[in-house]
Amino acid sequence: MQLTATNLACERGGRTVFSNQNFTLGSGELLQLTGANGTGKSSLLRLLANLGEPSHGKISLDGGAPDLTPGQQAHYIAHSDASKSALTVTENLKFWRDFMGGGELQRALEAVNLSALADYPVALLSAGQKRRLALARLALVPRAIWLLDEPSVGLDEASQKLLVALVNGHLKAGGLVVAATHVPLGVKANKNLHLDGKAQA
Amino acid sequence: MTLLLALLRRDLILAARQGGGAGTALGFFLTVLVLLPIGIGPDQATLQRLAPGILWITLLLSVLLSADRIFQQDFEDGSLEVMAMAPPSLELVALTKAVAHWLSTSLPLSIAAPFLGILLNLRTEIIWPLTLAMVLGSFALSLLASIGASLTLNIRRGGLLISILVLPLYVPILVFGISATTGNPEIIMPSLLILAAVTLASLVLVPIAAAAALRAYLK
Repeated sequence: MQLTATNLACERGGRTVFSNQNFTLGSGELLQLTGANGTGKSSLLRLLANLGEPSHGKISLDGGAPDLTPGQQAHYIAHSDASKSALTVTENLKFWRDFMGGGELQRALEAVNLSALADYPVALLSAGQKRRLALARLALVPRAIWLLDEPSVGLDEASQKLLVALVNGHLKAGGLVVAATHVPLGVKANKNLHLDGKAQA
Repeated sequence: MTLLLALLRRDLILAARQGGGAGTALGFFLTVLVLLPIGIGPDQATLQRLAPGILWITLLLSVLLSADRIFQQDFEDGSLEVMAMAPPSLELVALTKAVAHWLSTSLPLSIAAPFLGILLNLRTEIIWPLTLAMVLGSFALSLLASIGASLTLNIRRGGLLISILVLPLYVPILVFGISATTGNPEIIMPSLLILAAVTLASLVLVPIAAAAALRAYLK
């Protein structure tokens, strides 16, 4: 499986955020996106998730399911946690499992160490615990591509290790990971893309 | 299909737990119906003449009361982004969320409204046509409300704006909803059929429009 971006450019609100970005990412590889605030790390992830259209260039995926877009074969962990505070941890995960097409609930809870809080309403969780709940989606539903936007924000040291284990496991199984981070993830990146913001006119 | 049922179930649970669903709307409905006779005066003949119109307009307003919840919370907490990436198309997601709003708010209201009409001295022989018309029309009410909700996605307190956008779209439902309840038996059936047609047309067109608005916001 290979994810390729050619000549990718992104425009937001009439401003060119970045242009002329190229990369290829193969099975089991991690691409780390770096760059200062506002250089388009999140925008690039959103393009890969098919949440926006690139203003120029294209994204293609070889070896995936041909009838699905790259975004539909990807997990996107953004800044927001996409969980409902009125539901319990298990109810949130059950919904995403059913909506996104199946997975193992118990394994996901264990992967982010939330088993003990399974029946807690999300409203009572701390910020770090909510973050772990968002990350549980990664372990819950199998997806080939993981798009992670600052995944370690708010996590304590033990939870960061869980995240590293999750990412390593995914890479070992032949998955692709694109991660935007300021702090090193703790996983050796195969490729690095530095967005320098020079495209800004 | 099971994917969408999961979404429907979640939205119904959320509506029940967070309040602001059927309970609040029904409370609003009841309050307005109690206030109106006080405002209009106790003349029973006047109330009886005005009753269907009052019930319909109160129904429209009550449905819009909770319309901003259809998409906004999911947009704010990022759920909508994840849904947009999942295999079901955004059109079907929008349709499912409108159905959830219908089941949790509009449908219970439209079933209860004619019976609350007794407060307005509603003639008993039009209770059934009115119930039928409201149940038929209420699905279109929720569908059209979801257009307003998708257009005002990132506007805080967009409820008023939704009303301004959506109330004009409610005119056909109001017109034929009223004509089904004038008590003239010959035009009850045609009116109900037209209401059904409006609902079916909304069913086809609304998800496309709502999904287009959602996509524009997600970019």
